[in-house]
Amino acid sequence: MYDAPHTERDVDQQDIKISARKVQVYYGTTHAIKDVDCDIEDKTVTAFIGPSGCGKSTFLRCLNRMNDTIDVCRVEGDIMIDGEDIYDKRVDPVQLRAKVGMVFQKPNPFPKSIYDNIAYGPRIHGLAKSKADLDEIVEKSLRRGAIWDEVKDRLDAPGTGLSGGQQQRLCIARAVATEPEVLLMDEPCSALDPIATSQVEELIDELRQDYSVVIVTHSMQQAARVSQKTAFFHLGNLVEFGDTGKIFTNPVDSRTESYITGRIG
Amino acid sequence: MTDASMDTPRPRRAKTSLVSEDARTKKRNAAEKRFQAYGILAIATGLFFLAVLAFSIVRSGLPAFTTTVVDVNFTLTQEEFDEAEGQLFKTKAYSGYFISALQKKLETENVQVAFDEAAIERIMGKIGSTLREYYTANPDQLGEEVAFKLNAASRVDGYFKGRVQRETLQDSRFLTLADLDLVDALAEAGIIHTAFDWGFITGADSGVDNPGGAGIGASVVGSFFMMLVVLLLSLPIGVAASIYLEEFAPQNRWTDMIEVNISNLAAVPSIVFGILGLAVFIQFMHLPQSAPLVGGLVLTLMTLPTIIISTRASLKAVPPSIRDAALGVGASKMQAVFHHVLPLAMPGILTGTIIGLAQALGETAPLLLIGMVGFVARGYPDGFISGFTDPNSAMPAQIYTWAARADQAFYEKAWGGIIILLIFLLTMNIIAIILRRRFERRW
Repeated sequence: MYDAPHTERDVDQQDIKISARKVQVYYGTTHAIKDVDCDIEDKTVTAFIGPSGCGKSTFLRCLNRMNDTIDVCRVEGDIMIDGEDIYDKRVDPVQLRAKVGMVFQKPNPFPKSIYDNIAYGPRIHGLAKSKADLDEIVEKSLRRGAIWDEVKDRLDAPGTGLSGGQQQRLCIARAVATEPEVLLMDEPCSALDPIATSQVEELIDELRQDYSVVIVTHSMQQAARVSQKTAFFHLGNLVEFGDTGKIFTNPVDSRTESYITGRIG
Repeated sequence: MTDASMDTPRPRRAKTSLVSEDARTKKRNAAEKRFQAYGILAIATGLFFLAVLAFSIVRSGLPAFTTTVVDVNFTLTQEEFDEAEGQLFKTKAYSGYFISALQKKLETENVQVAFDEAAIERIMGKIGSTLREYYTANPDQLGEEVAFKLNAASRVDGYFKGRVQRETLQDSRFLTLADLDLVDALAEAGIIHTAFDWGFITGADSGVDNPGGAGIGASVVGSFFMMLVVLLLSLPIGVAASIYLEEFAPQNRWTDMIEVNISNLAAVPSIVFGILGLAVFIQFMHLPQSAPLVGGLVLTLMTLPTIIISTRASLKAVPPSIRDAALGVGASKMQAVFHHVLPLAMPGILTGTIIGLAQALGETAPLLLIGMVGFVARGYPDGFISGFTDPNSAMPAQIYTWAARADQAFYEKAWGGIIILLIFLLTMNIIAIILRRRFERRW
C-alpha cells in the first residue's frame, strides 16, 4: 500500500449544511432510494459507501438536482440546504448547481483550452468584471485544484490533452471556480491510478477547509482516509451513518460490518 | 452439476503441433480467405462500373464543351446596314454580306471552291439573323472590322465530332455531300475549326432548332438561387427542430410519432413533394410558376428530413459527460447545448447539410411538377431578387429537357450538362469533407 495522507479526525460538531428527510427516489417503477434521512455537515468530508447499485450515486445526484435531467426519475421527501428546500417550485436548478458543484466519475473537461475550462463557470455566472478578474479567478481555482504548477505555462492547451489525473484535478478546479458551498464528487478517483488518486485525496482534504464535500467511493480505504463522516448504503437504504472512525472500527449494523469486512458487496 | 463433471472426466484435446494447422483451423482460415475474396470482388466490380460510368460520361460529354466555329473578319458600313434594314427580307441581305465577305477571304487564302447561298445557309444556320442581331445591338461597331467567330450548324458540328458521317449521309434540306466537300475545303484553309465553347458554360438555353447555341449557364444560376432558398430555410429550421427534439422535448407518444414521421418523410418519393408544391405553393399561394423560389421551397421540404436526421445523429454522438459537465458548473440547459454540445456536433451537422443540399441539387422529379422542366431558359435574371422569382430552369431539369429533344446534338449537351452537375456535386462533397476535418475534435 502507498502512503495515505493522514487525516486527523476532528469530531467536533460543525453546522449542518444539508439535511435530508424521508427522501424517496423512483426510476419509473423502481424504488431506488428508500426513506433516507441524513444530515451533512459544513466543512466536513462525508463519504457514501456501499455495493454497486445501492443508490449512493443516485442520492448524491439528488443533492444538486442532476436527476432532473433524467425523464423517468422522481424525487420525494425534503432536502434542505441551509434550511431551504431545494425541491421547492421556486428554486431554479441552475442557481442551485452554482451553489452545489459537482465532479464526475470520468474526468470530463470541455474540449477547450485549460483556461476556458475554468473560466466557463465564472463567465456564465458573471463572477468576473474584467479580464484581469477572470485571470485571477482562473489562477486561484487552478491553485485550489493543485494543478497550477503543472499547467501555468500552457493555459491555452486543450484540457483534453492532460493526463487522467490532471484532467480530474482540472475538473475539480472547474467546480470550485464558481465558488460553490458544497462540492459533490461521484467516484472521482475510480478512473485514476494510485498516484493521481493520492493527489486528489490530498486535495479533497484541503478543500474541507472551505466546503462541505460529499464523496461517493467504492474504495473503503479511500473513505477511511479522506472522510470524517461515512454513510453506508445498501439496497436503497441508508443503513448506517456516523463518524468514519466509528463506522470502520465499531459498526452498529451487522450489514455494515459484513460489507466492511468484505462478506457482502 | 458438479457431480456429473466429476464422474466423467472431460476428454482431453489431442496434442497438436503449433507449426502445422489442424483441420479446424484450416477450415476457418479458408473461410476467412474466401470472405475477403468476396469483399475484394465486390469492391472491384463496383470500381469497374464506376470507371465505365465515368468513361462514358466523359466520352459522351466532352464534345459538348467544344463547338465548330467559322472565323470571318467582317465590316459592315452604315450604308449597307441602312440598305439591309430597308429590305423586305432583312436577314437575307445580311447573309448576302456574309457570303461576299467569305468569298473575299477565300480569294485571299487562294482556296478554289464554288458554293451558293443555300449551301451557306445549311452550313452556317441562320447566319443572317445572327449578324442582324449583333449590329442592331451594337450599332457603334458599324464601319469597324469585327472578327466574328460564328457557330456552324449543328450537323456540321456533328460532322467534326463524328456524329455525322459521309458514308451514311443522305442529301437532305439540312445537309448534302457537296456541303461536306465545302466544309472540308474551309477546314483545310483554317476558316472552319472546332474551338472551346464558352457559350456552353455561360450561355442560356436555346430553341430546339439551335443546339449549338444552347448553354447551361442560366440554369446554373437557377440552381444557385434554389440552393440559396434551400440553405436559408432548411438549415435553421432543421437544426432548431433537431435541437428541440433531441435535447428539450419530453419523451412521450407525441414526440415518438413526430420522430417516426420524420424518418418516414426522408423516404417519401420526391415527386410527392413536387405535387405538394404544385398544390400549395402555386395553386393555393399563387407563387410564380417555374420560379427558383418555388423550386427551393419544394426542395426544402425534401431536404429537411435529411438534415434533421443527420443533425440528431450528431447531437446524439456528443458524449453525455459534456452535458453533465456544463450542467454541473451551473449552466442552463440552453447554455449547455449552445456552448458545448452544438459546437461539437457542428461537423456532423455541416456534412449532413451539404449532403442534403447535394441531393437537392440533383433532384429533377419535383421540378417537373412546378414547371421548371421543359422550360426554355433563354436568359439570365436581371437582378438578385428577380433571380428568385423569374422563371428559370435548374441544372438537372435542363439536362432532362435536352435529353428529351429530338436533335442528336442536344443529347451531347445533356451529357455535357451532367459533367457540369457532377463537378458541382463533387465540389460540395469535397467541401463537406474539408469542413469535417476542420471542425473535428476529439474528446
